Amino acid sequence: MSRAWTVARRRLLHSIPVLAIVVLGMFALLEAAPGDAVDAYLAVSGGDAGLVAQLRQEWGLDRSFLARLGAYLAALGRFDLGWSVAFSRPVIAVVFERAPNTLLMMGAAICFSFFAGTLLGVAAGVRPGSVRDRILSALALILYATPSFWLGLMLLVSFAVKLSWFPLGGIENIGMPETGIARVIDIAHHLVLPVLSLGLIYLALYLRLMRSGMVEAWRSDYIRTARAKGLAPNRIAFRHAARNALLPVVTMLGLQAGALLSGSVVVESVFAIPGMGRLAFEAVTQRDVPLLLGVFLVSTIMVIVANFCVDLLYAQLDPRVAVED
Amino acid sequence: MELRPSRRSVLAGLLGSSTAASLPGAAWAQATPRRGGSLIVAADSEPRNLNPAIVASNGVFYVASKVIEPLAEQSYDGNGLAPRLATAWHGSPDGRSVTFTLRPGVTWHDGRPFSSADVAFSALEVWKKLQNLGRVVFKDLEAVDTPDATTAVLRFAKPTPFQLIQNALPALTAVVPKHVYEGSDINANPANTRLIGTGPFRFVEHRPGQFYRLERNPNYWDSGKPYLDAIVYRVLPDPGAVAAAIEANQIQLAAFSSVPLADLARIGRVPGVAVVTKGYEGITYQLTVEINHRRKELADVRVRRAISHAIDRKFVVDTVFLGYAETATGPVPKFDKQFHTADVTTPGFDPRRAEALLDEAGYRRGGDGVRFKLRLLPAPFFEQTRQFGDYLRQALRAVGIDAEIVRNDTPGHLRAVYTDHAFDLTVGSPVYRNDPAISTTILYQGGLPPGVPFSNQYGYNDPQMNALIAKAAETVDAGERSRIYRDFQKLAGEQQPIIHVAEFTFISVTRDRLRNVANNPRWATSNWADAWLAS
Repeated sequence: MSRAWTVARRRLLHSIPVLAIVVLGMFALLEAAPGDAVDAYLAVSGGDAGLVAQLRQEWGLDRSFLARLGAYLAALGRFDLGWSVAFSRPVIAVVFERAPNTLLMMGAAICFSFFAGTLLGVAAGVRPGSVRDRILSALALILYATPSFWLGLMLLVSFAVKLSWFPLGGIENIGMPETGIARVIDIAHHLVLPVLSLGLIYLALYLRLMRSGMVEAWRSDYIRTARAKGLAPNRIAFRHAARNALLPVVTMLGLQAGALLSGSVVVESVFAIPGMGRLAFEAVTQRDVPLLLGVFLVSTIMVIVANFCVDLLYAQLDPRVAVED
Repeated sequence: MELRPSRRSVLAGLLGSSTAASLPGAAWAQATPRRGGSLIVAADSEPRNLNPAIVASNGVFYVASKVIEPLAEQSYDGNGLAPRLATAWHGSPDGRSVTFTLRPGVTWHDGRPFSSADVAFSALEVWKKLQNLGRVVFKDLEAVDTPDATTAVLRFAKPTPFQLIQNALPALTAVVPKHVYEGSDINANPANTRLIGTGPFRFVEHRPGQFYRLERNPNYWDSGKPYLDAIVYRVLPDPGAVAAAIEANQIQLAAFSSVPLADLARIGRVPGVAVVTKGYEGITYQLTVEINHRRKELADVRVRRAISHAIDRKFVVDTVFLGYAETATGPVPKFDKQFHTADVTTPGFDPRRAEALLDEAGYRRGGDGVRFKLRLLPAPFFEQTRQFGDYLRQALRAVGIDAEIVRNDTPGHLRAVYTDHAFDLTVGSPVYRNDPAISTTILYQGGLPPGVPFSNQYGYNDPQMNALIAKAAETVDAGERSRIYRDFQKLAGEQQPIIHVAEFTFISVTRDRLRNVANNPRWATSNWADAWLAS
């Protein structure tokens, strides 16, 4: 465990350049975008010249690019993520209010797509070319080609509007908020549709990856050896073929963590879930630089942590690959 | 207009005459109101500052108008105003003072009594100094006398038309409690997000990204009201999800056109759902072409009139707005009978006349059929401003003007047009707020500093126009003032500094068990004290 800690610390140190690039890049990008937070604010209410000047001064937007960047970095050095003008609250409070919802939704989507995808992949790959394989592969292709916002809306229309099996959106019941175990069930109930629309596409991807890994494995020598030893077919499929086929899937898992965050912008809007994806979108439309940076810094750290976990998992699955230290 | 028996009368509003439009409200009002129930409505934005005394905007009023009340509200009856915190008001003949008689026995939600001191504080410290619109209208406000607890006398340094103050009452005079704000930084006061008012509903909770919750104020001055126990604003950012939510009866109201126009015909056929086009007349938007007069071609009135001739307003209303709008001829919408005049020379659809004018101005078609090129920036504010941009490009092409469309998001658009002046034509959507002096003449007045959004940043500076605007600003007599504003519309029609294409406003989709919908011209932004849910 202590070795894992050393590696974790080293990973974090290595991620500092990544974070620096994120900060500088975002700052420069939003600087290049036309209009600032005051322009975004005035779009709603209008205002005279005095108000415009007063707001720019209050929000520190009358200072030069370098002065603002310097002040931001200095604050960041004190672990202060700054002040969100769009929400009139500290960035850290806004981000941490939303982060759990996104983490919950993403975590559930990853688990769902990973477990269901690999299992179905095994099912398809046990006998390549069989009817079951063909049906599963065709379904996977259709799912993979479906945009998640459309899938989300279709799930919404069928299961929430027509059938009323699931709530229409939100993270929990807003009329009468529940407590205790009832609240857990309520939140899980609310998350079913968003998790499906976010996870189904990756399920298809994992299914395809797993299946092709299995197909590959059947042709390997070690499978022939296992057969020759007279092992039960199921044992060969799960202990030998599937375990090797799992490696590229696990690699994909780390990559998915990053991509899911961008997918969550759309899904969070459709299902009205107050999460980080929607927050990032709001930060851009409001030109709220500190807030956007806050969202990206926190999600970058989340992705780095996810990748670290994947590396540890990888080492477990394949003893030949040790976590480098 | 399409006829559909059951909901036909509800659809009349904006399109039909005003008499037909008042029918559904009257029919519903006959049933006995039922007390109780929680109304759940869709909200698409969560303003950072919810104080309507500081930010007079629809997004703020939608929630805040139930908690914090103005002195008076717009009304379909009588002189167009219904009393709220003030019961009577009159202006002095010299325009130097306006006296308000205030409602007695009103208490704030924290239990303290409401008095003239609150009005004086709100007027001097908030409306005049901080409010986006009040900074213009109340700029000459000098003092507020409070001879007793139910009388407030606004005194102005310069003559200020009583007509203007009256027209400003619904949107500009939200009264906030002095004892909460006094001695604090008003802009940063926590009560800007946890509102304390005198209205029919108390502010209970805001969970960001999820909902606002308001509950019945049992001590409301209009005893017996409100009928609803609570109002919940559910934050639903996606228009498709809003339509689904109302269809599934999970919300009872989608206001401010949050259901896209293209979905209205379908959703109007769902049993229990009504499409209501009434109740927003007091916040009419105008689809306009804003023109950069710094371009030498566009500084020529013949070219501007030619562009106006090139636009088929009827087609725009039918195609871009699917009929949910009216054609416009000038800066005052037809709804405002106080000021509107149809006696203007705004050029109608006539492409041949447009071509003749352009030839006359010296801009003949070149070898490629193009007279000159322009940059066209459609504002991203509404789906229709973007779509009209596409139409305008084609309409201009037909008369030999090549317009290249430049798309920006909202902050980018504001910066390009109102600060950098980096445009030739834009498609805009200014809102008309009940009096030309509130947010309309500022689009025509010359010599304003750059960077002020929704103002004349067009390089248009006409001495005759400036003189008319200045004269109206100090004319106290209502009849005379209205006459000047009719001259203003005539001059605007003649010179076409801005081209008005259509006037439109929002559409509500409701469950029909929600009653007393759209019974005043600012319904969505009024207090809903009389709204109720049938069982």
